Amino acid sequence: MSSPYRSRARGALGPMVLIALVVGTAAAAFAYTAGWFSPERLTPDKVVAAFAPPGGPALGHRRNHVKGICFTGTFEANGAGSSLSEAPMFRPGQYPVIGRFNLATADIKAADATVRIRGMGLQIAAPGGQVWRTAMIDSPFFPVSTPQALYGLVVASGSKDSDAMKTFAGAHPELAHFGAWAQSAPWTGSYAEEPYNSLNSFVFTSASGATNVVRWSLLPSAQPVPVPPDELAKRAPDFLEQEIAERIKGGPLRWNLVIKVAEAGDPTADPSQEWPQNRRAVDVGTLIVQAIEPEANGPCRDINYDPTVLPRGIGTSDDPFPAARSSAYRRSYDLRTAEAAHFPAATPEATP
Amino acid sequence: MTPMPQRFTPLQRALHWLMAVCILAMLFIGVGMVSTVAPKYLPLIAIHKSLGAVILLLALIRLAARWRYGAPALPADLPAPMKLAAELSHYILYALMIAMPLLGWGMLSAANYPVVLFGGLHLPMILPPSDNLHTLLWNAHFYLAFVFFALVLMHLAAALFHALVRRDGVFDAMAPGPRRESVLDRASQ
Repeated sequence: MSSPYRSRARGALGPMVLIALVVGTAAAAFAYTAGWFSPERLTPDKVVAAFAPPGGPALGHRRNHVKGICFTGTFEANGAGSSLSEAPMFRPGQYPVIGRFNLATADIKAADATVRIRGMGLQIAAPGGQVWRTAMIDSPFFPVSTPQALYGLVVASGSKDSDAMKTFAGAHPELAHFGAWAQSAPWTGSYAEEPYNSLNSFVFTSASGATNVVRWSLLPSAQPVPVPPDELAKRAPDFLEQEIAERIKGGPLRWNLVIKVAEAGDPTADPSQEWPQNRRAVDVGTLIVQAIEPEANGPCRDINYDPTVLPRGIGTSDDPFPAARSSAYRRSYDLRTAEAAHFPAATPEATP
Repeated sequence: MTPMPQRFTPLQRALHWLMAVCILAMLFIGVGMVSTVAPKYLPLIAIHKSLGAVILLLALIRLAARWRYGAPALPADLPAPMKLAAELSHYILYALMIAMPLLGWGMLSAANYPVVLFGGLHLPMILPPSDNLHTLLWNAHFYLAFVFFALVLMHLAAALFHALVRRDGVFDAMAPGPRRESVLDRASQ
């Protein structure tokens, strides 16, 4: 009689094939989930790579909105926001902020006068570790409706094919609306004279459980002074940073935080569409910028202004952008922190 | 001296299968979430954090149970290289079950991301903000996830090998449910 082990081994071919099939299927499912069989999947890596300027990204820096300057100050809540959201920073009081004025460009060498969109990253901290981060821009609506379209726009605008933009614009009529704004809206000579808009919608939940879909804007108390773009082109490449650092010496800068509440049927999922002007707007407090600091060793440098870092009482809505931004910002953050040795990149004006 | 247990205790078996589901889900969610910008990114990352904390807790309970109740001996006729592989891979699996959640938590802390579980529970930061620490922990978390998955596959293959080819009682020691009488048991009676 043969040993029991050998007799078992003789009939092992079937089980061995079965084991190989089970393990192979698990490995294939894993690879599929990771996107290895889905080259068409829009990944954060692809989005971040698409933003890179022709000479490659500035190592150690944000992959978009790369030029910026830090600020610190406080958010002074008047209490009106508590009717809409139980977020702790809406209760009357003062909350520390760390923010960043920035330009919507991936090119660290871009002159300030060449960048149409200006932005603000803002973090408001409440006691107990609750944090609200938001990254806003000064246009009243977004160029396109979906993250896929934004990717398409970035790819088309970086394309060597001169028809790429025409083709893209043809397929995305909302872009013409934005183009008209970019052509006609006045430019200003200061970060302090710009409004900053969330554009994306979020859901506010009050202490009583009532929910509202909202967008928000920071409206400057400084009077905007229009300056023709060809006038701005004559200024220093970093005139915005120089101006704001100079301006703060004259005292704190202020913005009112205004929450706009959607009504049924408003396009909450599409930041390329404005909501009607007559929507309820609640002034919930004042952002007071007290100090400006260069980004290199400034407090904003290490903050990822991920718009999905939200306190209790604020959540994401059906707007697909915050998730896409969170995913791409995180990739940008992972890359730039790994390249920290390269930061700050030498810029033409950063002469010793 | 008490005789060697032939099976893991019901508590150990329950923990094993519960954690098997959690860890497989965790690995799939992990590779899935970092490859998408779709709206599902947010729920995936939220589940990944909360589930990571659950796995860490379960792993610590399991380690204590292993320490308290031990494990059935491997079959005497198991070849020495397989015995070594079995023992070594189990040490690494335990280490990863505990290390991966801690690496993730440390990585988020070093990046200054608030760590919020189950939609509201704030975990404290376990490390100060640091680019270098973040990068180190991020790399460890990322690459060890693939090591973890490879080990899980090996573990699965070995378990099936014991169950279907060797039929030596090793699989049965951790099998869910009450003991089934195997061919081998009947033969030994």
